[in-house]
Amino acid sequence: MRGAPSGDSKMSDGPASALIHEAEAVLCRPWPRYVLTAAAWDAMRAALAEEPGLVFQGSWADTEQVHALFLAPEPLVASVFVERGLYGALSPWRPGAALFERMIADLWGHRAADALDHRPWLDHGRWPVLHPMSARPVPNAAQPEPWEPLPAEGAHQIPVGPIHGGITEPGHFRITADGEQVVRLEARLGYAHKGTLLLMRGKTPRAASRFAARLSGDSTVAHAVAFARAVEAALGVAAPPRAAALRGVAAELERIANHLGDLGAICGSVAYAVLQGALQRLREAVLRAAHQAFGHRLMMDLVVPGGVAGDLAPDGAAAILAAVEQVAAELPGVSRACTKSASLADRVTGTGVTPPEAVARFAPGGVVGRAAGRSFDARRALPYPPYEALAFGVPVLHEGDVDARVRVRMAEIGESLGLLRALLAALPDGPLLATLPASGSGEGLGWAEGFRGDVWHWVRLDGGVIAAAFARDPSWLHWPMLEAAATGDLVADIPLIGASVNGSCSGVDL
Amino acid sequence: MNALAAALALVLHAALMLAAAPTLAGLLRTGRARLVGRAGPPLLQPWRDLDRLVRKQPVVAEHASFVTQGAPYACFAATAAAALLVPSFALGMLDAAASDLFVLFGLLALARVALAFAALDAGTAFGGIGASRTGLFAIFAEPALMLVALSVALIAGGTNLDHAAAALHEGGLGLSVPLGLAAVATAVVGLVEAGRLPADGPAGHLELAMVHGAALLELSGPHLALLELAGQLRLLVWFGLLAALFLPFGLAPAEAGPVAWIVGLVAWAAKIAALTGVLLLVEAAVAKMRVFRVPEFLGIAILLALLAVVVLFLGQGAV
Repeated sequence: MRGAPSGDSKMSDGPASALIHEAEAVLCRPWPRYVLTAAAWDAMRAALAEEPGLVFQGSWADTEQVHALFLAPEPLVASVFVERGLYGALSPWRPGAALFERMIADLWGHRAADALDHRPWLDHGRWPVLHPMSARPVPNAAQPEPWEPLPAEGAHQIPVGPIHGGITEPGHFRITADGEQVVRLEARLGYAHKGTLLLMRGKTPRAASRFAARLSGDSTVAHAVAFARAVEAALGVAAPPRAAALRGVAAELERIANHLGDLGAICGSVAYAVLQGALQRLREAVLRAAHQAFGHRLMMDLVVPGGVAGDLAPDGAAAILAAVEQVAAELPGVSRACTKSASLADRVTGTGVTPPEAVARFAPGGVVGRAAGRSFDARRALPYPPYEALAFGVPVLHEGDVDARVRVRMAEIGESLGLLRALLAALPDGPLLATLPASGSGEGLGWAEGFRGDVWHWVRLDGGVIAAAFARDPSWLHWPMLEAAATGDLVADIPLIGASVNGSCSGVDL
Repeated sequence: MNALAAALALVLHAALMLAAAPTLAGLLRTGRARLVGRAGPPLLQPWRDLDRLVRKQPVVAEHASFVTQGAPYACFAATAAAALLVPSFALGMLDAAASDLFVLFGLLALARVALAFAALDAGTAFGGIGASRTGLFAIFAEPALMLVALSVALIAGGTNLDHAAAALHEGGLGLSVPLGLAAVATAVVGLVEAGRLPADGPAGHLELAMVHGAALLELSGPHLALLELAGQLRLLVWFGLLAALFLPFGLAPAEAGPVAWIVGLVAWAAKIAALTGVLLLVEAAVAKMRVFRVPEFLGIAILLALLAVVVLFLGQGAV
């Protein structure tokens, strides 16, 4: 699992991907979507065992079909028709699919026949209807909320959340502990369910992009870019060069600000207040620069389908460069303080190790993957504007512990500072927005590398409005990693491990 | 006359302890915020918090027994009694005869047990975690304290804190290696027992990582106020103990009268301020330890206190 080397666009020729390629192709840009018969789907599922290189990245549905996204290393989308509410589960071969299958059952009512886990996920039994995305939602009868049974005599359960002591997202964590040792951690999300996918249906791309941008507030730029690129792909238009460059500027600012915030949160979770304060100050400087440059600290709704909604403020570039210089000047000191402090090193080294076999099976993206040897970075593996022409490093470590995630974040901030300098030095002139056909139809897949990892959006447009859409936040594959990383560690280390993984609740709550 | 002065000194001491404990907590909170670069809460915020909590009606967990109602009072009473025994500005207060190190450590242990009972009573997971961690630390703190008491007894001729402080004050014993070792051991145990870094985050909101805070999660209103105040007093007790044994200058005999008392008060304030400054710097320099490192940390205290005892025995030719 070394990830895809840059520029490698060879088709994988394993048995499962061969079966997908044999199926009927439906037009979806930039890669076709293959609709498999139920028999071919079952054969493909069985063949997954012989093709470990075919990496599962997410699945979703519409009212008729279930879709799955693989990387081979090129994206490969396979679909299957749902028959009498049933389809074949992928989770026995790709455990990362389990959460998606539970989500699909909750939203669309399609049941994965032989899935690993049939419990509800987003639906806690409090929705007015069952399966709100299905063709005919039915009124809801309350459902139980089962938990995995206690694994051993003498273990006890610690319920945490969904309301926490600090300002964090609502997630419920059920910890099974043997004294101070974690036997199992189970995350139960869905408390930030917003009905995003249903709200996007029937909206114009411009209106729907506001919902995509609000799926996970800290990755608003990444989600907006991925959604805009999916719409642009579906309609066969491209954002103008200046818009692409400004998207890059916003995305790198977002990455730097969030990495600084995450590092601060990691220091905070071990009560290392001085370093936390220094990192929060730096994050604040970046956010203020973003506000000065784009009029919004998080740059929400800056990126829209077709380009960007507004230009850089006249003094924006100077403000960003000032923040870049401030971060560049202070980062080495902070980094040294992080690595030199024996008490901090004792907490982060060897803590929260993502087991290599779990990393191989789940293939998480972003910092979590790159700190554990999975080098995938969408900007490098599947280059998109403005990154094709830019030089930057993708730091990869192999330890998979909290320390590795800290160091990968530190290194990525440095790379992003370089990207910002390069982007601002060669900002092309020209229009900001390409016109989208008013009543275009089509299907498209868009992606972007956010600070958490690769964000994927899929849309189907019909007559200028969204007929179906899905947003895959990288956290879908991070929550199982958190569960795996915390197992065997100390109960008191869970906040630290959680901060170092930093999964998004809202992003997967949809 | 002397008895009257001793009684008056004790009353003044009690008032001083109650007034100083929340103020010290506020000083630490604000000082920590300033070190990080934040403005921080007002200095008197702990007073306001206590005032707010006292006026609230306590919400008691459904499955809680009388223990939840009673344990906060027991914890506070034991801690307050301990605070009365540790001299601040004057020696020879009315309770000087009871001011024994073993009594003091016993009272602190009693307070700890009461807190653990209060934490366990509601039957929730966090209270259990807090109580079990407190108990784990206590197992390692107690032997260190016994050895500290032994070394003090060997140096000063007894475990009575008042007499020991007087002996160390007047005896001109000066700096000695065993005294220094015992001081460090006491400081280490004090850090852990008072719930300060690196053993326990005093300002954390992360339920899973708390020690002292986890024990308080199920309590509210006046019960919480009592336990908060007991926690603040406990830190002051440890500061007072360190000041009385290892910085024993400026202490006034109780019968010496108001002027000497004021000198003693100024000296005490200076000592507490110095200890506060040291604590702030220590807390700024370190991250919180792993839970299972704390027993190792306390093991250092045991080792140092043992070393002090061994050095003292060797020095007296008693081996």
